[in-house]
Amino acid sequence: MRNSLLWAALQVVLLLPTALASQEEIERITAPGSQVDITLVLRSTTDLDVLRPIIEAFVLQNPDIAVTYEQWGSNALFENSLAACAGKVPSASAVFSSGVHQMIDLVNRACASAYRSEQTTALPAARRWRDELWGITKEPAVMIYNTDLVPAKDVPKSRFALLDLMRRPTSMYRGKIATYNIEASGLGYLFAFMDSLEASTFGALLEGFARTDAVATCCSWEIINRVSRGDYLIAYNVLGSYVDSATFDNIGVIHPQDYTLFLSRAYMIPKDGPEKQAAARLLDFMLSTRGQNLLKARNLFYAETDGATLPESAERGISIEPTLLVAGDKHRRKQFIDLWRSAFAKRDKAR
Amino acid sequence: MTESGARVAVPFRTSLMSRVMLGVLALLAAGGVIVAIAALAYGKQAARQSYDRLLVGAAQDIAESTKIVNGAPVVDLPVSAFSLLSLALDDRISYAVREADGTLLTGYDTAPIASKSGDQVLFDAMLHSDAARFATVARRFAERDYSGTVYFTVGHTLRARNAMAIELTRTALMGVGIAGVILMICAFFVIRSTMRPLEHMASELLKRDPYDLTPMPIKGPAEVTVAIAAMNQFMRRLDRQVGAMRNLISDAAHQLRTPVAAIRAHAELVADHGALAEQQQGLERLLKRTRSLGSLLDQMLSRAMVIHRTDNSPPEPVDLRDIALHVVELEDHMVLSPHAIVELCIDGDEVMVFADEISLREAVKNMLTNALKHGTSPIRVGVTGKGKTAEIWVADAGPGPSPEMLAQIGARFERFAASKGTSAGLGLSIVSAVAEAFHGSMHIGQHEGGFRVTMAFPAMGGKDAQ
Repeated sequence: MRNSLLWAALQVVLLLPTALASQEEIERITAPGSQVDITLVLRSTTDLDVLRPIIEAFVLQNPDIAVTYEQWGSNALFENSLAACAGKVPSASAVFSSGVHQMIDLVNRACASAYRSEQTTALPAARRWRDELWGITKEPAVMIYNTDLVPAKDVPKSRFALLDLMRRPTSMYRGKIATYNIEASGLGYLFAFMDSLEASTFGALLEGFARTDAVATCCSWEIINRVSRGDYLIAYNVLGSYVDSATFDNIGVIHPQDYTLFLSRAYMIPKDGPEKQAAARLLDFMLSTRGQNLLKARNLFYAETDGATLPESAERGISIEPTLLVAGDKHRRKQFIDLWRSAFAKRDKAR
Repeated sequence: MTESGARVAVPFRTSLMSRVMLGVLALLAAGGVIVAIAALAYGKQAARQSYDRLLVGAAQDIAESTKIVNGAPVVDLPVSAFSLLSLALDDRISYAVREADGTLLTGYDTAPIASKSGDQVLFDAMLHSDAARFATVARRFAERDYSGTVYFTVGHTLRARNAMAIELTRTALMGVGIAGVILMICAFFVIRSTMRPLEHMASELLKRDPYDLTPMPIKGPAEVTVAIAAMNQFMRRLDRQVGAMRNLISDAAHQLRTPVAAIRAHAELVADHGALAEQQQGLERLLKRTRSLGSLLDQMLSRAMVIHRTDNSPPEPVDLRDIALHVVELEDHMVLSPHAIVELCIDGDEVMVFADEISLREAVKNMLTNALKHGTSPIRVGVTGKGKTAEIWVADAGPGPSPEMLAQIGARFERFAASKGTSAGLGLSIVSAVAEAFHGSMHIGQHEGGFRVTMAFPAMGGKDAQ
């Protein structure tokens, strides 16, 4: 008991400085009544509530490990990891981020340590790189809409349908379409960037966003909530896994039929991190059948059976490969954001 | 030699098969090492070339996609360049776009700057803690608002290169291994089929009757037939030697019995007769008989020796004049018939044949002895070189033996001569044997009013030299 009290005190002392940084939430998860020897610091972009069952199952199975879960924004987590790699701030035991291009960059900068196990080598090539980065989940980028307010005939099944919707001269969707602010969200940037590579529709989409005074805003939760409230009617490129775990009965989910992007959140063990062994155990757990089943239960692993079926040719996984470094390039990013801004600035001027 | 002695156990030696197998293995091992080194060098070279092209391609791709916007170079980093670099699956990538003064426009500031200058430079450097290879491509801009060179550096670590080199080496070694196995199997079967005639020969030899010296059938590959032929030749010589021995023994048995009996009879006569004069006469006869027996023994032994020599002494160039001179100079005739005249008929030109000197001497000695005993003085010993033939001859002035005797002359065994206790027949048989042993022939007949015995050989020297 004295031990745990001491731990609690330590935790407050240790976590205070980092808590002042930009992580949004922090929580220590242990198996009830267990003797904890190891504390695994997991920095993640995933909402803790989504991942909690998996972490709890992990500590239950490994009672000697306590997981300190830090939830970060993807850009902040990237900055933090870079600083940790340079030895300026304490490193996490494991980093688990949806900003896959940022994770690729970290591995490319030799910030990760390698690990091989039966589970990791069983992963398809598109979901691992150098045995230093692993894609754990499979989550679609979807369009969502308010089922109460959007008439059934208007529901866009593909990007082309969304374009048509946005091109209507007098549209009830003016100012009611939302998407990520790509400057604020690493994930939003990645989705938009992949869109720009994937198809020529991207230019038209930007133009459509400009025409309909689309809103670029932050954070999955806020977007989903406001679509549910009716502030927005349609949201583009929302992470599908969040929509289903948030039980809103008035939200419809569309997997675009032209193509649907799939994201694999990437897991990395930093080279200077404490408790690498424990981090590797967490990785193996998440890749194990039990871990994957738990992920599926939390909608973090897309399964064919749930809801609308998608033609296989329309599945576009974001491969964990160094090509994603292009997304992180200074010039390329600046040009892309300039393009994005110019689309949304027209709207501002027009206003 | 007893039967068990003939079957002496062969001392243990490594078999030809195991030797060849060891040889092939050693060859393969050495070859494998050489191939491995060569393949690794080649593989590294190949990997370096192909991946260097990839690097240059990526750098050029990036250079191509750079434009001057508002007086500054702006890189629209192409995904295709990184797709190229991603062909080296697990390698870290580094890239940097720098201005001439080293200012980083975009990319990683950890990317090294080439030490050499040039439009296209490839160099080795470290990337973080790993060895890496870099390519720098220069592009010159001459726009209204920007003028200068921009350097595009692209690099990656060496995992894929090394993997490719090792893979190439492995493939090459696998080839060597397969070739080796095939080689071993082939060698095994070839050796086995080659050795079979030898085993056959050995078993045939073991099965043979010890007195069977007939040649063995010549079968099998050339190397083995050489051995069989050599063995057959050896057996032929052995056969001849054994034959000569047998002849000697039977000659001795046949020819010595009569003279020895005669000597005994004379000796008994001498012992029985008391009168001194008769005893004296008897002793003289006994002496004559003994002398004759001695010369018979001489001839038999010299014949045996000649046959032995013709088989065992390699022929050498011999001047026939030396032979004639030697025989005449011995002056044996002074003993046999002191009144006979012996002339030497040789001239200045050497008459060379390919033969054995001692055998020839014996033969000529016999010819001379015959002439002294049975012929008429004067006796001439001569040598004639006639183109391809070289002759050595002994002639006398007499009519020669009777035609009946001539018909029998030359045969080894001759009762007529033996019964008389003389050795004429034996003498000529030696001459005939020597002539034949050196590819020559013996001629007997009337010549220039006398009787002449000639040995003719193929002449040495000139165009027809052997």
